[in-house]
Amino acid sequence: MRRGGLLLTLLAVALAWPAFEAWLLPGGWSVLDAVKSIFIFAILGLALNAVTGFTGILNLGIAAFMAIGAYAFAILTADLYPFQLGFWPAILLTLPIGALAGFLLGAPTLGLRGDYLAIVTLGFGEIVQDVLKNVDSITLGTQGINPLPAPTVPWWKTAEDGSRSFGLVDLAGETQGAGPYVSYYLFLGFLVAAWLVFRNLELSRVGRAWMSIREDELASRSMGIPPVRTKMLAFATAAAFAALSGGLWASWLSSTGEPANYDFQVSILALCIVIVGGMGSIAGVLVGALVMIGVNSILLVKLAEWLQARGVGASGSVFLSPNNWKYLLFGLALVLMMRYKPDGLVPAAGRGARKPAGAKR
Amino acid sequence: MEFTPAEVFAQQVVNGLSNGMIIALIALGYTMVYGIIELINWAHGDLFMLGAFLALTILGALGLQEASGPMAAVAVVLLLVTSAVFCGSFNVLADRIAYRPLRNAPKVSLLVTAIGVSFIFVNLGLFWGGVPMEVFSGGIAAAAPKDFPALVPSRNLVGTDDGVHFTLRDLLVVAVTIPLMVSLWWLVTRTRLGKAMRATAQNPTAARLMGIDTDRVIASTFFLGGSLAGFASVVYALYNNTISFQMGYRAGMDAFTAAVLGGIGSLPGAVLGGLLIGLTRSMSDQYIETRWTNALVFAILIIILVFRPSGLLGMKQREKV
Repeated sequence: MRRGGLLLTLLAVALAWPAFEAWLLPGGWSVLDAVKSIFIFAILGLALNAVTGFTGILNLGIAAFMAIGAYAFAILTADLYPFQLGFWPAILLTLPIGALAGFLLGAPTLGLRGDYLAIVTLGFGEIVQDVLKNVDSITLGTQGINPLPAPTVPWWKTAEDGSRSFGLVDLAGETQGAGPYVSYYLFLGFLVAAWLVFRNLELSRVGRAWMSIREDELASRSMGIPPVRTKMLAFATAAAFAALSGGLWASWLSSTGEPANYDFQVSILALCIVIVGGMGSIAGVLVGALVMIGVNSILLVKLAEWLQARGVGASGSVFLSPNNWKYLLFGLALVLMMRYKPDGLVPAAGRGARKPAGAKR
Repeated sequence: MEFTPAEVFAQQVVNGLSNGMIIALIALGYTMVYGIIELINWAHGDLFMLGAFLALTILGALGLQEASGPMAAVAVVLLLVTSAVFCGSFNVLADRIAYRPLRNAPKVSLLVTAIGVSFIFVNLGLFWGGVPMEVFSGGIAAAAPKDFPALVPSRNLVGTDDGVHFTLRDLLVVAVTIPLMVSLWWLVTRTRLGKAMRATAQNPTAARLMGIDTDRVIASTFFLGGSLAGFASVVYALYNNTISFQMGYRAGMDAFTAAVLGGIGSLPGAVLGGLLIGLTRSMSDQYIETRWTNALVFAILIIILVFRPSGLLGMKQREKV
């Protein structure tokens, strides 16, 4: 009940945020873009949660699947390539493409033990980046592919004078169904959809199989759950939704950006979201995304602006730029959570009281 | 000056082996810690980076950037010792604060903690580069790579200058790494501490029952592994003349790949793996393309893990249930 309340509150705040911002916040305080990246990273976090939280497989290369989604979206839509699909078919195709990539990596490697598998996913992440960078005849190397179609809602028509009121939000300037608020609500919609998918998976036969593998692989195998196939499903599902988040990201920026945008740091950011929120806890992942991206894209950025406005940091000292504290914050988040709150800020239901004291790993 | 294909190849062998020896030294630290507590010590590469920053700081503080001749030799020895002690102690500190409280936690929590520690180290390196000293260019561009003084000249030692070079720096690598490896081998196989380490690796509970203070043994392992990274950092910096706060990731991945390739937990394996990775890198740089080298190393890592997870010299081991 408490958890449902939390989620509904978050949803209500998210729905009302643009209106709140437009009415009550002074100009220059808008964090609409940061909130959009919270939505996208929450989808990425939900994806990682399926494999790391539910199934207990540490995946250190989730950003690679985000990259695959972004580049797949780009290749399916950009003028450079023969496909030239619109936003909707391309964004929906990122799901099966991501799943296929996850399957291709998972098939040979999912039999490996935990820490080795983590390293394989890390290596995969690095190789994907290198390939995207080096096969520049297709991916345009570090330049990235652009421009890409913006997120659109075809039936969201605007009035002829280009302005229209949608509820409380003035949609001035939102032509052709694309614009800051359209992408805002669209990303929120994708997040809600992803949340529904993972919540249903969690309670389904599949989700229970994932968790049984996490708790005790041998016992679940003896109950008739095929470990590799079950892990594969988790891995591919995670890859599919990570690719979706990548596609949304690329569409929003209208560019894939350079391959280094999908590096190990992004994978670790996603891992921080899951761990801070609570491994295996869907509500936790949403809170984790809010906290981590909030710190990363709102708090640090606003702090930097505030400092700059006061002339602090003009000397170029490394300590005075909040951005330079990022590694330390992420690192401390991981270390302290593992030490003091391994179940996260919003622990998954039914964790906490799971194992008798002294039980083996 | 044209080199014959054979000379190019031979030169790449020399370069590859020299870099491989440095990688091997770092790989030993991974393999020792993994052997004893089954932790992939993610922060090990970044510890190596911190060692190099300490060395540069000491050079700057003592004004030894321009040292040459016997003075340079003294400086090199001083750097090796201080960096080794520093990295060893720092590694013990990390174990004491971050890893030891998690001894009974799931392995994955330990790995995540190590990744966190690694990020903290990277940030320390970034801040360190911002220290207002002359050797850090006044600390203005903290994130920029730093020049490391060429205390050891790259003077050729064999044959004429037209042929294959074996420089004083290559000699430095050999002169530092080989004795270290031999003494490590002696320590692990012939001393009481080594015996305690092997016992703890085999079965910590039984080792405790036999009166071995396993926490102390684990701390010693962290110290030894860390100090090897400290030695390696100085040799690396003198060999390559440039250091950066981000170099730990690359070096760490190479060394970890080497440890896995040789068979993680195996000391001779780590050395063999290091040499092979060093050779692979130099050959790939020469005959494929530099930009594919990193991907190639990772591909080797994945292939080894999938097809022969016990590595070249490791023992077959089933995951304990």
